Amino acid sequence: MDELLLIETVERYLKGDMTAQEKTFFEEIRKKNPDIDQLVVEHTFLFHELDKQANIKAFKHSLYEVESKLAEEGIISKKQLTGKAKVVFLWKKYKRSIAVAASIAGLVSIVTTASISTYNNKVDNSNIKDLIYEVKKDTDKKIAEFKDSLNQKTSKRNPNPNYRATGFLIDGKGFIVTNAHVVNRLKTIYVENNKGEYFTAQTIYADKNTDLAILKINDTSFKAVYNLPYSINKTNSNLGEQIFTMGYPRNEIVYGEGYLSAKSGNEGDSTAYQLSVSVNPGNSGGPVLNKNGQIIGIITSKNSTADGVVFAAKSKNIYKLLDALKENGDTVSIKLPNNTGLKGLDREQQVKKMEDFVFMVVGN
Amino acid sequence: MSNLEQEKQLLDGLALNDGAVIESIYRDNYPVIQSFILNNNGNSDEARDIFQEAMIVIYEKAVSGNFELNCLLKTYIYSVCRRLWLKRLHQLQRYGSLVENIEETVAVEEDLEIHEKHNTDFILMETAMNKIGEPCKSLLDAYYLQKKNMQEIAADFGYTNADNAKTQKYKCLVRLKKLFFAQYKNGN
Repeated sequence: MDELLLIETVERYLKGDMTAQEKTFFEEIRKKNPDIDQLVVEHTFLFHELDKQANIKAFKHSLYEVESKLAEEGIISKKQLTGKAKVVFLWKKYKRSIAVAASIAGLVSIVTTASISTYNNKVDNSNIKDLIYEVKKDTDKKIAEFKDSLNQKTSKRNPNPNYRATGFLIDGKGFIVTNAHVVNRLKTIYVENNKGEYFTAQTIYADKNTDLAILKINDTSFKAVYNLPYSINKTNSNLGEQIFTMGYPRNEIVYGEGYLSAKSGNEGDSTAYQLSVSVNPGNSGGPVLNKNGQIIGIITSKNSTADGVVFAAKSKNIYKLLDALKENGDTVSIKLPNNTGLKGLDREQQVKKMEDFVFMVVGN
Repeated sequence: MSNLEQEKQLLDGLALNDGAVIESIYRDNYPVIQSFILNNNGNSDEARDIFQEAMIVIYEKAVSGNFELNCLLKTYIYSVCRRLWLKRLHQLQRYGSLVENIEETVAVEEDLEIHEKHNTDFILMETAMNKIGEPCKSLLDAYYLQKKNMQEIAADFGYTNADNAKTQKYKCLVRLKKLFFAQYKNGN
């Protein structure tokens, strides 16, 4: 028997999809043929493992949901640092995610999801927010539905995404960088370009430490693009440098500009910058560019009490992410863009050239 | 309804991944665990991690169907979290004497060993899944983990019909199986 056919038969057998007659017949074959019997045993095991995997994943998702809900109510709260914990905090800084570090210091990731944002209410100094946007307004959904009806050719997607954030292409084959806190909250991920086309995407790597994640568009309707006009800066940027960012705090792309205000992030975090720029929930994962059109960072969070204190992961972390990916033995080959197509252009032109490559990341 | 029956119902709900049940368990137990961990060299994020892991331990037990709870669920959760936290402290080499309220505990070592094993299996499967590459990974994920049907998958991935997607899925499954068992045999 052909191997694929055999597997199909085994699967039907295990799922109980066979007629009684077929089943008797198949069991007869099993008895006579030890190889097939072995195959059935192996597959039973594999399916069992896959099932467990599915269940645990679903269960973890429920746990996250409950957690965010309770965090909102303040039942899961944050404690202020005591002297002892501070040592621990410093010690652990290298091991644990920024999110963790931030919250120990009483700085809550600022997801503006209603859920997480109220962490903050409970604790005095929990004022760092992720910039992911929780879609709750009817208008957003209606616009999304309307866009859907206009774009029937593209992938079907869930018309009611719960969260919205930003991401941008780092490889025209469909690799997108966004925040880890974004993808961790999403079970199904879609990305939308500025033309309103939706594609399904999947996380291929997420790093809580730098709060960065790489998505891959796995939608066949997505056509690879060439010549991303920007490059990704490997070196540190300078204090006072003019920067601009683009993202989806609304259902359409929004431009913002500002300057680099400190060379480290929250609590001296050297993997991030502090920026002074106006961003809002939904800007999470948005690219930060300098005047030459080089990407220098990725928006991650902001201080919700201080004005214009925004944190962005440094762009060189993207290179580190790719190295880590390689070490994992992953076979994906991502080629980072290295173009200077934006250099010397005036801002409007830069933005116009750039906006095709900045995606809305939505899902639930 | 007696306490025991109530708790039995909770466990049944948990096995079905019922959000309301999860929430009520959190409400009833989380504060105690958090204060235990905060009092013992931990922070609230660690408390959340530990509690989450304990929830998974209970879930696995509830799903396995032979969860005979011989004590209050509360006691069980406390015991599991306590054990997990002691282990974590040990790994982190943060020593110190344990500060705790006098809470009753039960032996959970055996359950945690089983949980460890499940955890290893989970990681093995995840690693195997990550290694098969695209589009196999997404395809299997969509079918076996997200439980989408073949028509939907064919449409999502752009196959012309469900049969082609199905053939591809089986090919992927063969690869997954090879990778999984190769690691499984090495690892065990």
